[in-house]
Amino acid sequence: MDLPVVWFVAVAFLWTGYLVLEGFDFGVGALLPVLGRDDTDRRVMINSIGPVWDGNEVWLITAVGATFAAFPAWYGSMLSGLYLPMLAILLALIARGVAFEYRGKVDDVAWRRRWDVAIVAGSTVPAFLWGVVFANLVRGLPMTADHVVTATLVELFSPYALLGGTLTLALFLVHGAVFLSLKTDGPVRLRARRFAAGAALVVVPLLVGFLGWTQALGGSRGSGGADWTLPVAVVAVLALIAGSALVARGREGRAFSATAVAVAALVVVIFGSLFPEVLPSTTDPAFSLDIRNAASAPYTLTVMSWIALVALPVVIGYQTWSYWVFRKRVTRADITGAH
Amino acid sequence: MALDLARWQFGITTIYHFLFVPLTIGLAVIVASLQTAWHRTGRTEYLRATKFFGKLFLINFAMGVVTGIVQEFQFGMNWSAYSTFVGDVFGAPLAMEALLAFFLESTFIGLWIFGWDKLPRRVHLACIWAAAIGTNLSAYFILAANAWMRHPVGYDVDPTTGRARLTDIWAVLANDQAWSTYLHVVSAAFVIAGLFVAAVSAYKLMKERWGGRAPHPDEHPLFRRTLRAGFAVTMLAGSVVVFSGDHQAKLMAQYEPMKLAGAEALWTQEDGAGFSLFAVGDIQNGRNHVNIQVPKVLSFLATGDLEGNVQGINDVRARYEAVFGPGEYMPNVGVLYWAFRLMMGLGGAGIAISVLGLWLTRKGRLPDHRWMYRVVIAALPAALVANIFGWILTEMGRQPWTVMGELLTANSVSPGVSLAEVAISLGAFTAIYAVLAVIEAKLLFRYIKAGPAAVMPYPDPAADPDGAGEKTDDRIPAFVY
Ligand code: HDD
Ligand code: HEM
Ligand code: HEM
Repeated sequence: MDLPVVWFVAVAFLWTGYLVLEGFDFGVGALLPVLGRDDTDRRVMINSIGPVWDGNEVWLITAVGATFAAFPAWYGSMLSGLYLPMLAILLALIARGVAFEYRGKVDDVAWRRRWDVAIVAGSTVPAFLWGVVFANLVRGLPMTADHVVTATLVELFSPYALLGGTLTLALFLVHGAVFLSLKTDGPVRLRARRFAAGAALVVVPLLVGFLGWTQALGGSRGSGGADWTLPVAVVAVLALIAGSALVARGREGRAFSATAVAVAALVVVIFGSLFPEVLPSTTDPAFSLDIRNAASAPYTLTVMSWIALVALPVVIGYQTWSYWVFRKRVTRADITGAH
Repeated sequence: MALDLARWQFGITTIYHFLFVPLTIGLAVIVASLQTAWHRTGRTEYLRATKFFGKLFLINFAMGVVTGIVQEFQFGMNWSAYSTFVGDVFGAPLAMEALLAFFLESTFIGLWIFGWDKLPRRVHLACIWAAAIGTNLSAYFILAANAWMRHPVGYDVDPTTGRARLTDIWAVLANDQAWSTYLHVVSAAFVIAGLFVAAVSAYKLMKERWGGRAPHPDEHPLFRRTLRAGFAVTMLAGSVVVFSGDHQAKLMAQYEPMKLAGAEALWTQEDGAGFSLFAVGDIQNGRNHVNIQVPKVLSFLATGDLEGNVQGINDVRARYEAVFGPGEYMPNVGVLYWAFRLMMGLGGAGIAISVLGLWLTRKGRLPDHRWMYRVVIAALPAALVANIFGWILTEMGRQPWTVMGELLTANSVSPGVSLAEVAISLGAFTAIYAVLAVIEAKLLFRYIKAGPAAVMPYPDPAADPDGAGEKTDDRIPAFVY
């Protein structure tokens, strides 16, 4: 087997898992002031993701750790090259994680207000910036022969990257709203349903625009992606449309599957367009990092493959179980008094 | 300059991360044990203790998690040259940590926090144990990675790419430096967690006696018991710390003689070298003005033989220059010297206080002097500071290398990252960490002050006229956020 290809797919899989899962909890966090009219509503929302958000975040840690182990040069150039966006993501994740844990620990309106701000900012900023980061990977960055990225901040926020960021943020809002309609009951559920159905009007065109642009970029670079990613892109759009139609009809479970497919398909298109490169250089295509010159030696990849093969099914097993344990909807009645 | 800031940033963020980590490692097991005691005996007292220390554990845990993510990214952001060079070897344990340990902890902590009224009792108990195992496992992988930097094994350097290449994963995981460090660090974590439990209990007992308002009568036996339990954990863990610390010193003499010589301010090699208690050195000229020693102890610590040979800074320096070419291979001797002493002194004091505490609280006694309680409380920060100095010794003693004998720190930084960028991130992390430290300390203190009644109220005696006692399986509402 061609191990670098296997590990490219594995890294793509981990990122897909991350964005599908944390995508909805980013959405829930960002919608806090929109769908939560009072403190009880907001606690319903936070508790709906309470048991799972940390487990979702570990998909990110694993994706980054796997990139480090399997493609060290990619890890180094990407994180140092996208320094300030990464910094902003980290600060946001810090604020958000602490906020979930600490918000309910003091019974005081001002205290909670402040943590609400941290949750909203901490969810919105990464939801936007992950789109920016991936758009930059697909489009490529100015990079020297030694794989040192030389992009300025302005270059990182090109129109294509801004579109990518807007899209991921918007898509996660819909995904999160559908999740809320599935996992809560009462006023939050109704508002979430309405929001998800309505927002599709804006998000579908964004998705079509970004995917079209991505296909064009992939085609112009002649990377293998452009042909087979086109049907996946169509699936992404159809799934999103289906998701909003289903949630409007109250078929919340199916709607959530549909928006999950939309997020997953988007990530597949992104990685598909990138392949076999992992960080294209816009300075000179010869300077690009690809799955060959960025990869670890075959021995490391073999070791990692065995570990992943054994561990990932177990992890997916117990995470699924934990979602099953918390399958009941959270309602306002659950909230009263308890801390 | 960007190099210096990157080093400061690494030092500040890891030390900060490591303030929470030992408590997480130790408290997870302690809380799980308390819950097991409740499960076995059905006594409400244990449930109350589980909930009380469990709450403090969670407040601390959140900080460990969010500061850890920074570490995971930092290698790539600030040390991309290092990451590219070692990723093949070093990335593997990091990825294993995430896959095998972090998923376990984070998922099962979620189940534990929110699962009180959703899971059968046994399964719920298993969840906290799974999380506790996860934290201890994660420590092994990260320490194996760190140990590899001090004693690189199981790799070669690819002549075409110039990058390190893993050749034997078992050698990396079974590195003697790795398991020895693991024993030392994890037992030190239990020293801290034990002292935390003891300090909290001492504070509550002190307030009960001198604080005015009397707490619920059940609190007294509860905290007496946890006070002693905390001391016992610290004492047992402390003995492992001392033994493994001795082993660490022997490995250091073998693999990083410069670090040991620096930590002892020993300039030239000696047979039967003494252990320095106080020295004033002249680093420029490579000698000491004053050096008060206990004879032969250093040789014993480093080699297990009172007459063993210990190399001095000037010897190692000359040897390194011959092997690696001209350069400065001497770490900051002053820092190492005092870090070593503060680690042993402050940490040892913490352990000694726990032994003394066990003695003073034997057979139901409690000390009558208020200052004794204060000493127990002060032992906690002392042990934390000891830990920090241990890491400063380890990391600064490795200088100028990031990977001993293979990669210099100066060649490890990200070439494309500007001074401004590192300065911004250093400032941002320091600022947010400072704010969070204040908040977390306030929260911990608030919950300690409020006591167990705040997390699990005592039943109203009027509502329980026949004195049937508390029902132990009151279903606890779980929507905690
Ligand atoms: C409660 C904390 C504590 C206490 C009481 C001690 N240590 Fe320690 N020590 C640590 C906490 C620590 C630590 C923070 O956990 C370190 C930092 C890195 C490591 O491996 O553990 C450490 C490192 C460390 C190292 C450096 C390892 C290296 O760089 O290769 C040595 C040689 C020792 N210790 C030896 C000792 C000895 C001989 C002690 C005698 C009592 C001792 N330590 C007590
Ligand atoms: C959690 C415990 C740790 C603490 C408290 C700690 C502490 C420090 C400190 C104080 C420095 C600055 C040294 C100097 O400026 O001379 C440093 C540097 C560094 N440490 Fe650690 N460290 C820890 C764990 C690790 C681990 C686990 C690794 C690797 C996996 C690591 C890798 C490094 C690197 C790459 C540097 C930068 C280069 C340098 O200046 O030494 N550290 N660390
Ligand atoms: C510099 C190297 C280090 C890196 C890259 C690192 C990475 C991480 C990460 C990503 C987390 C968050 C995990 C989560 O979200 O659940 C974390 C937390 C933690 N780390 Fe570190 N860490 C480092 C140093 C250490 C050391 C030296 C130890 C143990 C001796 C340690 C043990 C732990 C523990 C017990 C936690 C508590 C919270 C948790 O695991 O979720 N870490 N670390």
